[in-house]
Amino acid sequence: MANIQEKIAFLFPQAAFTVDGNDILQVSVDEKDWHALAESLKNDADLAMDYLVTIAGMDWVDALGCVYYFMSTRHNTMCSVRVQAADRDNPYIHSVADLWRVAELYEREVYDFFGIVFIDNPDMRRLFLSIDWKGFPLRKDYDDSPAINPPSTDNERQTDYTNVYHLEDGKVVKTEREIFHKDDFVINIGPQHPATHGVLRFRTAVDGETIKKIDVYMGYIHRGVEKLCESLQYQQTLHFMDRLDYFSGQIYHHGLCLVYEKAAGIEVSRRAQVIRVMMDELSRIASHCLFIGTYCMDLGATTMLFYTLRVREQILDIFEKTCGARMTFNYACIGGVMQDLAPDFAQDVKALLEVLPANIKEYNKIFTGNVIAKGRMEGVGKLSREDAISYAITGPSGRASDWACDMRKLRPYSIYSELDFEEVTRTEGDSMARFKVRMDEMVQSAKILAQLVDNIPDGEYLVKVPKVLKLPKGQWFQLVEGCRGAFGVYLESDGTTKPYRLKIAPPCLPLAGVVDHITQGSKIADLITIGGSLDYIVPDMDR
Amino acid sequence: MEVTTKSMPYEAFKDNEYIESLVKEIQESGTNVIVGSFDKLINWGRSNSLWPLTFATSCCGIEFVSLGAARFDMARFGWEVARASPRQADFMMVAGTIVYRMIPVFRRLYDQLAEPKYVIACGSCAISGGPFRKSYHVAKGIEDIVPVDVFVPGCPPRPEAMIYGIMQLSRKVKVEKFFGGVNRQERRQEFLESHPVEPDAAD
Amino acid sequence: MNNLSDTNIFDFSKITGPIHDFLMGFLPSWATVTVECLLIGVGLLLAYALLALFYIYFERKVCAAFQCRLGPNRVGPWGLLQSFADMFKILIKELISLNHTDKFLFALAPYLVIIASMLCFAVLPWGYGLQIINFNIGIFFLVACSSIGVLGILLAGWSSNNKYTLIGALRSGAQMVSYELSIGLCVVTMVCLAGSMNITDIVMAQENTWFILKGHVAAWIAFIIYLIAGTAETNRGPFDLPEAESELTAGYHTEYSGIHFGFFYLAEYLNLFIVAGVATLLFFGGWMPFHITGWDGFNTVMNYIPTPIWFIGKAIALSFVIIWFKWTFPRLRIDQLLTLEWKYLLPINLFNLALMVCIITFGWHF
Repeated sequence: MANIQEKIAFLFPQAAFTVDGNDILQVSVDEKDWHALAESLKNDADLAMDYLVTIAGMDWVDALGCVYYFMSTRHNTMCSVRVQAADRDNPYIHSVADLWRVAELYEREVYDFFGIVFIDNPDMRRLFLSIDWKGFPLRKDYDDSPAINPPSTDNERQTDYTNVYHLEDGKVVKTEREIFHKDDFVINIGPQHPATHGVLRFRTAVDGETIKKIDVYMGYIHRGVEKLCESLQYQQTLHFMDRLDYFSGQIYHHGLCLVYEKAAGIEVSRRAQVIRVMMDELSRIASHCLFIGTYCMDLGATTMLFYTLRVREQILDIFEKTCGARMTFNYACIGGVMQDLAPDFAQDVKALLEVLPANIKEYNKIFTGNVIAKGRMEGVGKLSREDAISYAITGPSGRASDWACDMRKLRPYSIYSELDFEEVTRTEGDSMARFKVRMDEMVQSAKILAQLVDNIPDGEYLVKVPKVLKLPKGQWFQLVEGCRGAFGVYLESDGTTKPYRLKIAPPCLPLAGVVDHITQGSKIADLITIGGSLDYIVPDMDR
Repeated sequence: MEVTTKSMPYEAFKDNEYIESLVKEIQESGTNVIVGSFDKLINWGRSNSLWPLTFATSCCGIEFVSLGAARFDMARFGWEVARASPRQADFMMVAGTIVYRMIPVFRRLYDQLAEPKYVIACGSCAISGGPFRKSYHVAKGIEDIVPVDVFVPGCPPRPEAMIYGIMQLSRKVKVEKFFGGVNRQERRQEFLESHPVEPDAAD
Repeated sequence: MNNLSDTNIFDFSKITGPIHDFLMGFLPSWATVTVECLLIGVGLLLAYALLALFYIYFERKVCAAFQCRLGPNRVGPWGLLQSFADMFKILIKELISLNHTDKFLFALAPYLVIIASMLCFAVLPWGYGLQIINFNIGIFFLVACSSIGVLGILLAGWSSNNKYTLIGALRSGAQMVSYELSIGLCVVTMVCLAGSMNITDIVMAQENTWFILKGHVAAWIAFIIYLIAGTAETNRGPFDLPEAESELTAGYHTEYSGIHFGFFYLAEYLNLFIVAGVATLLFFGGWMPFHITGWDGFNTVMNYIPTPIWFIGKAIALSFVIIWFKWTFPRLRIDQLLTLEWKYLLPINLFNLALMVCIITFGWHF
């Protein structure tokens, strides 16, 4: 960290340095220096911050701005940059979409929520809200009365143009850019479509069966979780985590609890930590099971879904005995876990571990070796390592492109550093690789479970925590490994019982951003293959 | 008259008074014997062949998948023919939150369903907005958008609850009338008049 | 060749013949034909509907068995009445008429599809003497009729004025035109072995050994190719691209509702039966019981089983295989589908035809 600070201070003597609650260096710069700093961050060999983790838009009341979090895949270091927009009424910041491709999507999100215009971003439209939406909901002075933005059954307005903003003589100038040419044959796939795994919408320009361009529309399940969190107490914000990526509910809970516990200085007992990790890995297996099933169903092999759901049901049984629910568990909580384990938990997990290898073998037998399946998946939707990093494709999809991005290894949290497991990576980067990585990850998760199941220590499962938690002023950022990639939480607290800003950085949002890039030139059927193999969860990307 | 379905005992259903009031209403209107038996045949067909539209927005949709899987197997009741095209489906299981941006799409899907069509509001989000009720972008229940036949509470409801919900729908369908008399279709007409949709969205 | 009259196989013309004679006794011949046509038409429609309903039930049960489920079991005993309930419902479901479409063609398409598959029934031999028309180019007629269906699908896709249906229809057109070729060549191969295009003759030629045994290697190859092409011809998985649910919602019939959709749905299952029926006819002896030369006792026992049961039984067994395909394999992509036909099946087929000709010429068959 000291090196980064020295290097940046050398390049930008005017930058200010602080440290956040998780010991990540925070750099504050002026807007006019920002793009130059971004370039050095990306290109300087000593910094090499090639992975843009998230951009959190901020409303500091006196000014609007952004908090950027970066990670270097070469040095495994992190840093964050805080940039303020100069003018609250007409805020703008320079875009970094030319350096990190994922920034294009992240900046659209910030624009949507805060109204900060990003200069030279090639696609400055609203992301989640409709074109005619009035106001920017995450600003502190936003008026959310339904009279301003009434619900309507009218079709929303749609254009084939997007806006690009330039800076000319210190003034922001708006120009229009064409998305689809008027001669393009545009098919609308979604939001209600069996293959989009929820309510995602692709406007797809095709030439025969070949895809020319895809424009992704989100927000059909945008529920405004981040805004809701700002009006709730810390304990109350937890339950939204189950409903983002409903397969990684346990992991997201875990991640958010880690942030709060770090901020409040709460030590969690060893027993609770082991339980949390076991639950995480169980839900990872359940999630990958469902992925395999639905993916095969997308490819036309419906029967596989029923075989994989069989294992998933077994895992849900284990969850249900302990947590009392099949899907929205609300299990991990600040200070530990809600309940103690069910008495036959260990026995059930062992039973699962016994049947799992046979099942995985069966899946491989039915599907992986199938000549049609190979033809459909191999070489389809290739994503190179550089692109995976630039588009911030983490999780199994990133690891299939040979990017070792497992947060359990890179930034071990909880007890992961003590556990023996391998990070599964593959070099092909195609849909088949993404499929196989998940298959192998189930084995690794089972390995973790096997290590823990006989070693659950005794002790209290929940330490005493005040009913109403009050966190000190400060910022915290935590990354955990969800089922679909790195899940980040950025918390800014103003010392009250409610979060001032809770930014959720979901792994699925970048996945949607990469669809256009990797489907170009492939067939419509490949869009389904690729979309399925990326395994995005739409409520997670929309929040 | 005991209205039951799928070899379920009558006592197993909880809101029998409601169905009985419907039956009473129908009996009061009186029917012709021939027409009445036709109605019975049609209702038998309709109530036993409810094809869902594959429509899910969030968590409840996954439980709907589980409903089709081996443990709960909705195929037993003939509900497994999930159609992706709204023209061919009979009922819509609104599984998940409906947000403002989704409302026109959702309403349009409903308009595209072929009559007779039914709606099940599944999960607390669809019923009232659920945990997201206070959000700036979430519809506070789908009742204001489309007429709802059955509500299935839960977050998400267990598959058993969904089976129960569809069974209740099946019972409601059983006491419908195709030829004249009391028909819940009229109420839908009223609803649609009070919640009009723009002409260009309907075609 | 035709020495079946010596055996105890029941000849259904013993029933149909007297009816014909009886009608001819007091009606002029044109009226006789009309009455017979009506009778046959009603009988056929009934058989048709029942068969389709049975198939829907059959597929749902088979698919449930593959997926460790139970399948329909609540409506009627073992769920047998499930597909009847579905039919009643579909009959009275609303027919949605669309704006901005060619209404005539839109309404015509499902009828074309269903008529195409009904026409095929005219020449399928259900049993000994149980065939509607028996004429010298029966098998040719069958191949010709079954390809009318694609017109209906193309029309449906085009007239719906919907991009999904259009893509579905175009896929279907490309697919059916390609695979028609394989079907035709397989049929030609087997016709060579039979030496006739007359369906009765083809069945009779298999009295002692079914063609699949008689023609050995060439017949096996032809059978496998026929099964693949037949599956593709009926638009079933793994060749269900035209209605690929996860890609094109419901493909060419996305916009159809009510009974129009019902027609497509029924036609799919009937085509399945026809493909299986033709395979039975060409490779497994049609309604011909299983005979082993020299085992007279065994043959007599086999002959006691009525011929329609043989035919339907074999057809259902073959359709089980096709259903099995659907619930096992993932779907092909359009380019892979066409590659399979034009680069593999067609050359193999041509080679196989030559092989069959050699087999016949040199008398290598059994």
